[in-house]
Amino acid sequence: MSLDKKLLVSASPHDHSKDTVTRIMLDVVIALVPSLIAATFLFGYRTLIVSAVSVGACVLVEYISRIVMKRHQTVGDLSAIVTGLLIAFNVPVSMPLWMVVLGDILAIVVVKQMFGGIGMNFVNPALAARIMLIASFPTEMGKWNAPFSWKTETITTASPLNAIKEIYRSGEITSESFDGLPSLLDMFLGKRAGSLGEVCAIALVIGLIYLLVRRVIKLTIPLAYVGSFAVIMFIAGGFNLTFLAYEILAGGLLLGAIFMATDYTTSPINFKGQIIFGIGCGVLTALIRLFGNLPEGVSFAIIIMNILVPHIENLTTPKPFGTVKEKKKKEAEAK
Amino acid sequence: MSFKRPEGVLKAVKQVRGGVHVSHHKNTAEMEVVRMAPPSKIVLPMQQHIGAPCEPTVKVGDIVSVGQVVGDTDKFVSAPIHSSISGKVVAVGDVSLPSGVVTKGVTIESDGEMRQYEGITPPVIETREDFIKAVRASGLVGLGGAGFPTHVKLAFPKEKNIDTLVINAAECEPYITVDYRECLENSKNIIGGIQLLQKWLEIPNVIIAIEDNKPQAFKALQEIAGEFKVKDNVKLMTLKSVYPQGAEKMMVQSATGRRVPPGKLPADVGCIVMNVASAAFIGRYMRTGRPLVSRSMTVDGSAIAEPKNVRVPIGTSIAEIIDFCGGFKAEPGKILSGGPMMGMAVFSTDVPMIKSNNAILAFAEGDAELKKERDCIRCGRCAQACPMSLMPTLIERYAKIGDVDSLNKVGINVCMECGSCAYSCPAGKPLVQYMRLAKSVVREAAKK
Repeated sequence: MSLDKKLLVSASPHDHSKDTVTRIMLDVVIALVPSLIAATFLFGYRTLIVSAVSVGACVLVEYISRIVMKRHQTVGDLSAIVTGLLIAFNVPVSMPLWMVVLGDILAIVVVKQMFGGIGMNFVNPALAARIMLIASFPTEMGKWNAPFSWKTETITTASPLNAIKEIYRSGEITSESFDGLPSLLDMFLGKRAGSLGEVCAIALVIGLIYLLVRRVIKLTIPLAYVGSFAVIMFIAGGFNLTFLAYEILAGGLLLGAIFMATDYTTSPINFKGQIIFGIGCGVLTALIRLFGNLPEGVSFAIIIMNILVPHIENLTTPKPFGTVKEKKKKEAEAK
Repeated sequence: MSFKRPEGVLKAVKQVRGGVHVSHHKNTAEMEVVRMAPPSKIVLPMQQHIGAPCEPTVKVGDIVSVGQVVGDTDKFVSAPIHSSISGKVVAVGDVSLPSGVVTKGVTIESDGEMRQYEGITPPVIETREDFIKAVRASGLVGLGGAGFPTHVKLAFPKEKNIDTLVINAAECEPYITVDYRECLENSKNIIGGIQLLQKWLEIPNVIIAIEDNKPQAFKALQEIAGEFKVKDNVKLMTLKSVYPQGAEKMMVQSATGRRVPPGKLPADVGCIVMNVASAAFIGRYMRTGRPLVSRSMTVDGSAIAEPKNVRVPIGTSIAEIIDFCGGFKAEPGKILSGGPMMGMAVFSTDVPMIKSNNAILAFAEGDAELKKERDCIRCGRCAQACPMSLMPTLIERYAKIGDVDSLNKVGINVCMECGSCAYSCPAGKPLVQYMRLAKSVVREAAKK
């Protein structure tokens, strides 16, 4: 029997998992939706405008970049949507839209595409954009709207993180110190001032659970990050649990630990490397919050660790199967 | 369904790292092996094993019978080739292996009689050397897929202190069920073979290792073991069903906790690993003296009309085997010799199956498509899946820029091309191909 048509000949394996890059990115977008809903509820419809503009700008800029660079089109992998959403999540609701777009352009063009596109950026694009925005527009980036202010009139308020810093600096932490702050329950539910995506802890945790169930990320980095951060803060706060709880819930720690530090491209691949990376992020965040002038340290901590990833990888590359460790080899020879 | 470990069955000493959970597709598990009618013509390539090729010992016009040697060599690492039908030699010359490699071969046209060769008598064995010689004469090569001549593996020097024989019945490749059927239908020969191996090679311990998704196999082997009154040092062991559990180094680790160093063999850590069908063959051969002229194989896949487990005379063309299984029910897009993880895509059905061939799988056009290759996002799934603790994504980069030093440093040569990395890659990268590229880069550099 002969076949009329040619058979496909390819290298093994001939079966593949259903995972695709697009599906992974879609999962991250889905995991970010609870936070988007929470932010819209807390800060009003302008949340959606900021997010839509940011996502739209990222997608458009990615599309144009690929054409200009004469590279194959990658806009379909949805990674630009993730970056767009994360940038929106990192700014206050009152942020002027053109500034958001400026951040998008920096993230996609400079940080991502100029280094080779998806998988090649050396720092997290969304965090680079956030840092640029903080440096360029400190007033706008520090203008916090009180939650539910859209129902009444726009009231700006202080971010809880600043207040916590004041408490820490005062040197005396008592249970009354936190009276001026939103209650811990409000902090957990997101009824406080802050960037769009960082305020609602419960929505972020729902996103985390979704990512874990879908096996998109592992718990290693978030746990090492928040864990090491918590240990330092617990000691620094004189073993005050309330202080610790406020430090974990305030600012962008959870957003950073769950969605930014776990970015595949800019975090180590191996377990040991992920532990080192997570602890590094936690320690740096704690140091910046305790001793720095800036109220927030998450973005700087992650970016610094991003840059160190190649070195962490070098140190933690596992030995190939069956390789005998030098020390053991000598011991065996000695026998 | 959780599997309850039967009494007296051991648990794996050490779990395999990484690996992937493939869909099993063991559709033919309950199908008894059926004997295929002898084909009208067979093609016997002289290279059906790893090692030196055989030289044809017959010429055109010779009349041969079943079990007669048609190819042999003086070289140690090789195995003789026997005719699987009776008839006339019609051609001696270049033939194509399923891989596309061209080698010498003998083509025999059947006379339809299946006359047995007169010289077939059970081998007389008095010493270890006799035993190894007999195994060589049987033409046996590893039936699990690799095709390494079995007698070479058994002729280990005394100072290796081999203390464990691991019988590999893991069968971790999807679709393939012939080893499972071997356990059910041929358990007597398996135990018989094991007893002979133990006796002549003086190996104290035997572990028969099976993945935990095959409870029936345990039952069958336990019953026979009781019947044969095998000694206490022959143990059954359950393994977690994860691909590539059945790889040799993985087997040694699961069964004994020992790790075979890079570039070494299981014998270097005191183990011999043998496929269950090979052990059964030894059991039968030592009783009957009938050499390796046929083997069981699984014929399955979305394009096959009637999937079956078939006992096929060696040298039968893939086209005839597929015809025996009802032909194609859909336009085939890809045909494999072997399993979907490590098998080879054949370019034509007009090639013979060989000794090491444990399956023929034909897939309809739609099921044969490859993922489109995209950019690596460094998700790390390949590194997590690698049972040898390699970083495939890193190796790909080194291979592309020709960085030989780095490739050697990361240990490219321990890669066994199991395909776990490429299976799990969401960017659809043909990582096994990149691993082969990396190995050839290293080889080329070593020549200089």
